[in-house]
Amino acid sequence: MTEAHDDPCAHCEEMMQPYLDHMLSDDEMQEAEMHLDECAWCRKRYRFEESLRRYVRQAVNEPMPAELKLKLAALRIPLE
Amino acid sequence: MAEMAEASSDATRIAAEARGRVRFEEEALALADQVYSVARHLAGSREEAEDLVQETYARAFRSWRSFQPGTNLRAWLLRILTNLNIDRGRRQQRAPQMQALEANDYFLYDKLAQNDGATDEERVVERLSQDDIVSALSAVPHDFRDVIVLVDIGDFSYQDAAQILDIPIGTVMSRLHRGRRILKRELAESVAEDVR
Repeated sequence: MTEAHDDPCAHCEEMMQPYLDHMLSDDEMQEAEMHLDECAWCRKRYRFEESLRRYVRQAVNEPMPAELKLKLAALRIPLE
Repeated sequence: MAEMAEASSDATRIAAEARGRVRFEEEALALADQVYSVARHLAGSREEAEDLVQETYARAFRSWRSFQPGTNLRAWLLRILTNLNIDRGRRQQRAPQMQALEANDYFLYDKLAQNDGATDEERVVERLSQDDIVSALSAVPHDFRDVIVLVDIGDFSYQDAAQILDIPIGTVMSRLHRGRRILKRELAESVAEDVR
């Protein structure tokens, strides 16, 4: 941790995942945003990470087969 | 008189319970698409995912009383599903803990940008095909994949993922971080293969 603080970009990388997951505290959030404001390098990589996640999410999204929906409805327990 | 009152309060109770159950079943079914989309990538194949979802709903409908109304039903269903998935024994294998990983989070970007020449972050990801992504995700070891699927695809919080998988929140975070790096390494490898 201490080593990372010597290099703001390394610290920024450490904060990237929790930042994108909205898991940072307000103070940490502010710290990350201040660094992102002034560092084009990190900004680019944060944006990439964000696009990648969105892209992965879309790519793996597979609609549920219609027959499965019917099978699930058939599992309901009938009223006596 | 007392007997009649008792019988009528019994009937009221039974009717209320039936209403509660119907509401539970409807709410659970309304979440089926979202449950399936997570199950699809927790399980090894489409067929397995379908079986798991059916087993999950059969079990949920039987044990609906143990669901606490007002809590997260989607997380409750996924908890059943991951337990069934574990019961199937697919988790006997331990994930390799000591795999070498790239030095930082950015190597995939560097690789894509380098091959493409384009540096626009949003365009660069489009070099990855849907097949590349699906197979890269399935190549991530289970322990890591589960957290990626729950958090990144299922949109669960770290806290919910920890409860669903019955692991500490710190483990969710470390597996997530490591898992995403493994995923990126797999993706980077698929880019290398496409280029060859």
